[in-house]
Amino acid sequence: MTATSETAERVETGAGAADAAAAGRPSMSLAKKLGWAVAIVAVPLLVVAPHYFYPVFLMKALCFALFASAFNLLLGFGGLLSFGHAAFFGGAAYVSAHAAKVWGLPYELAVLMGAVTGFGLGLVFGAIAIRRQGIYFAMVTLALAQMVYFLALQLPFTGGEDGIQHVPRGVFLGVIDLNDNLNLYYVTLGIFLAAFWLIYRTVHSPYGRVLKAIRENEPRAISLGYDVDRFKLIAFVLSATLAGLAGGMKAIVFQLASLTDVDWHMSGEVVLMTLLGGMGTIFGPAVGAVLVVTLQNYLARIDIPVPVIIGAIFVVCVLLFRRGIVGELEALLKPRRR
Amino acid sequence: MTMISRATAVGALAGLALGTGVAGAEVSDGVVKIGVLTDMAATYSDLSGRGSVIGAEMAVADFGDMVAGAPIEIISADHQNKADIASAIAREWMDVEKVDVIVGLVTSSVALAVQGLGKEKNVITINSGAASTRLTGSDCARTGFHWAYDTYAMAAGTGRAVVQEGGDTWFFITVDYAFGHSLQGDTAAVVEEEGGTVLGSIMHPFPSSDFSSYLLQAQASGAKIIGLANAGSDTQNAIRQANEFGITMAGQSLAGMLMFITDIHSLGLATAQGLYLTTGFYWDFDDESRAFAARFEALKGAKPTMIQAGVYSSVSHYLKSVAHAGTDDTDAVIDAMYAVPVSDVFARNAKILPNGRMSHDMYLVQVKAPDESEGPWDYFHVRREIPGDDAFLTVEASGCTDLR
Amino acid sequence: MLLPSRFSRMLEVVSAMIMDLLGIPPQVLFGQLLIGLINGAFYALLSLGLAVIFGMMNVINFTHGAQYMLGAFVTWMLLAYLGIGYWAALVLAPIVVGLFGIVIERTMLKRLYHLDHLYGLLLTFGIALIVEGMFRYWYGVSGQRYAIPAELTGGYLLSFMFLPTYRAWVLVVSIVVCFGTWYAIERTRLGAYLRAATENPTLVRAFGINVPLMITLTYGFGVALAGIAGVLAAPIYQLTPLMGQNLIIVVFAVVVIGGMGSILGAIITGYALGLLEGLTKVFYPEAANIVIFVVMAVVLLIRPAGLFGREK
Repeated sequence: MTATSETAERVETGAGAADAAAAGRPSMSLAKKLGWAVAIVAVPLLVVAPHYFYPVFLMKALCFALFASAFNLLLGFGGLLSFGHAAFFGGAAYVSAHAAKVWGLPYELAVLMGAVTGFGLGLVFGAIAIRRQGIYFAMVTLALAQMVYFLALQLPFTGGEDGIQHVPRGVFLGVIDLNDNLNLYYVTLGIFLAAFWLIYRTVHSPYGRVLKAIRENEPRAISLGYDVDRFKLIAFVLSATLAGLAGGMKAIVFQLASLTDVDWHMSGEVVLMTLLGGMGTIFGPAVGAVLVVTLQNYLARIDIPVPVIIGAIFVVCVLLFRRGIVGELEALLKPRRR
Repeated sequence: MTMISRATAVGALAGLALGTGVAGAEVSDGVVKIGVLTDMAATYSDLSGRGSVIGAEMAVADFGDMVAGAPIEIISADHQNKADIASAIAREWMDVEKVDVIVGLVTSSVALAVQGLGKEKNVITINSGAASTRLTGSDCARTGFHWAYDTYAMAAGTGRAVVQEGGDTWFFITVDYAFGHSLQGDTAAVVEEEGGTVLGSIMHPFPSSDFSSYLLQAQASGAKIIGLANAGSDTQNAIRQANEFGITMAGQSLAGMLMFITDIHSLGLATAQGLYLTTGFYWDFDDESRAFAARFEALKGAKPTMIQAGVYSSVSHYLKSVAHAGTDDTDAVIDAMYAVPVSDVFARNAKILPNGRMSHDMYLVQVKAPDESEGPWDYFHVRREIPGDDAFLTVEASGCTDLR
Repeated sequence: MLLPSRFSRMLEVVSAMIMDLLGIPPQVLFGQLLIGLINGAFYALLSLGLAVIFGMMNVINFTHGAQYMLGAFVTWMLLAYLGIGYWAALVLAPIVVGLFGIVIERTMLKRLYHLDHLYGLLLTFGIALIVEGMFRYWYGVSGQRYAIPAELTGGYLLSFMFLPTYRAWVLVVSIVVCFGTWYAIERTRLGAYLRAATENPTLVRAFGINVPLMITLTYGFGVALAGIAGVLAAPIYQLTPLMGQNLIIVVFAVVVIGGMGSILGAIITGYALGLLEGLTKVFYPEAANIVIFVVMAVVLLIRPAGLFGREK
């Protein structure tokens, strides 16, 4: 029961604020304004960023930010910890890469194929896993993702450990040449913002509120007449679809799809990103993703094994700041509400 | 440290002389920058890792840290065997750091990705770590070179030798993905070419820790040779368990298609004795290689592996070529790499084929028995030298269309 | 040790029948079944540890694979640095690994009990990364070697296969430990306290039983089981820091199939899936790694709580 109060606390500090704003409580419009303020500051920054940072790195960060945000939709707002999201991300990366390289599809269709892959896998996984909760749910998704990993290793089109290489970036909508890093960056940014907006809208829609209600008290939601399983399945499939979108974009950015993307460590990494940034907050997962990606990039040049650092961050997050960076910040900004 | 082998010293001097000859020529950004991108902490770190960086540093030291009138700089990074991380680092190195060459690279997904990038951005990549023949075959690139070894050289070398020694019936235990399939295919072709027969094969998932059931099936086939078309801990587990189940005692022999000295080090001579394998370098081959190994060991604390020696050789040849061209311009250096003879402690009787494959003598070695060994790393009898022409795929057979 | 000739004649007849029916050499089939059972011994030991920890503490111990690796490495280190051999290691290594578990429980895990169980999973995942990463850093990845103890070398020449003594030993140890544990938890007073403490800790504490200590020891014991599996594995599998990483996912699936938290379920499923995997290696070897996950998906569709689990 203390577990519930912890989650309740998360809601209060996190999206719950904006949620209540939608319900019309006056103090809450502040949080919404805050969200807009962040958006107004962040978007121009993202637009000029490639002139100061390496665009490929930024694109990688964007893809992972979307991946983590999609994951958060399920964990932070649905209360379901999937340990198999690598399957959607990586599975989609393979399909998008194959679509662009072998079928010769243009960028937008190849990436769309990725999202469709995420959707399809999400439907299958969801149908099996939704019946269980909590840790069972995590285990089931993990095991299912492992099956996708074996498929990725053995299916003829995936190229085994070589992966799919030299995927053409193509031309966006027949006009914008994506071989130019800047062009690709802005296209990626556009898709990212659109997807992010979709997540934001979902969380604040009536559907999102029912989802949170289910997370807080499933029996009560059932007694109110909600088809709980259907709500959860929709959240799962949406999360998987967006994770697939992120995977597809990443495959095109790096022009490759490899086993790394479907490995179970990837499922762990996205949990870390979400946890570090703040699960159940809108911006948290994106912040966490950027941090982890930066770290990986930086750590590659020094002589410390990367998994050890990642593991240590995990432990510190779980023990000391479970609200994550954004969650802690929000708590600081609104002390009176606690 | 002072034991620079004679051949390399001569090479270095020649390089310097040439370098001064064209002094004042162009070196972009006033520095020749070498990126060593490899696995520093994961599966292949013992084979490559820090040792590869040390190999590159030794080659630079041979040149006195200067080539074509410009200083040489080495940067290194850990690609963690992940193609996306490798690709991100390599892109940044090419776009921002302006590296002139990337060396090292283990794992074929990493090597293929980085070589592809090099082709796109016109940066030379010299791969010493990854094994896939695709690098100089269907995925070959004008800027990409494959230095130390490849799956064909290892598998075909061992396969041919074993058949010639009388092991003419084979059963394969093969790891079930593209790498294993090509390893088995290459070996089976050579076995049949030499008059042997393949009685059967079995696929195992990757990775597997228990091989006993596969080994029993191999035993039931009655083949003289059980070919292990896998690598790393899979191969090691299979060999250990073959001993345990008395398969080697009962008269069948094992042949590892892709094994390195580090595998033998892990297995121990008692378990590994009698195994045949092919290698591109063995430190105890002659005085020159021993001198090189001693110099390496003083820096690293271990003997160099084939990959680490390969990185040394690749950087050495690259620098000689820069000196010859008098510039680090990619096209000029590629021409020079073909013009300058390839010769050092690692590359014997060597040449670079038009598909980027560096062809050199490989060695068929047999693992010593424990009482024949004088200590750690004294593991091999060199049974024969395999000339590069026999060891590597011909350009025609490689399937490469982007020839130089 | 050859079997009496009449018996082996009988086996030959059975063998011929199998050959005709299934199209595979019978010695292969018998051999595979036995081998499968031995692999099942590892699954059973590991999934038992997970089940004990989960059943008593509701923690999914993601560090289990790392602790199995630790068991094997401690065995090796005892010999390499202290000259302590296999038989002593069989006792010492699980204790060391168990103590390591107790330290984790006391310093970290216990702070999470009042939270969602998922945090336990995330914490142990992080610890697994650290432990495996550090060992990789210290010892590289090529692996160490550990010899089979002299008393257990050699083997039995059965009519259908050569059974190494050591494998038989693994099977025996595993069966003894597994069913011993089952007995202790399900049939003794101590086990009854333990189960009661999971159901209602406050009440049990009221009886004057030190519940936190019991939980600590339970975790230590579950981890020690992984340590035992590690010791058993040391002489036959390549000793690398990554040895537990891939095994653990399979073992998770075993636990899910058996029914999370069910002690007997974990044991029986462990052996049964070992057998099933062995058969797969004969009839369709490519699928040997997937078969367990397929079974898992099917079981979950039919019995969401697992074969031996109770719906909560």
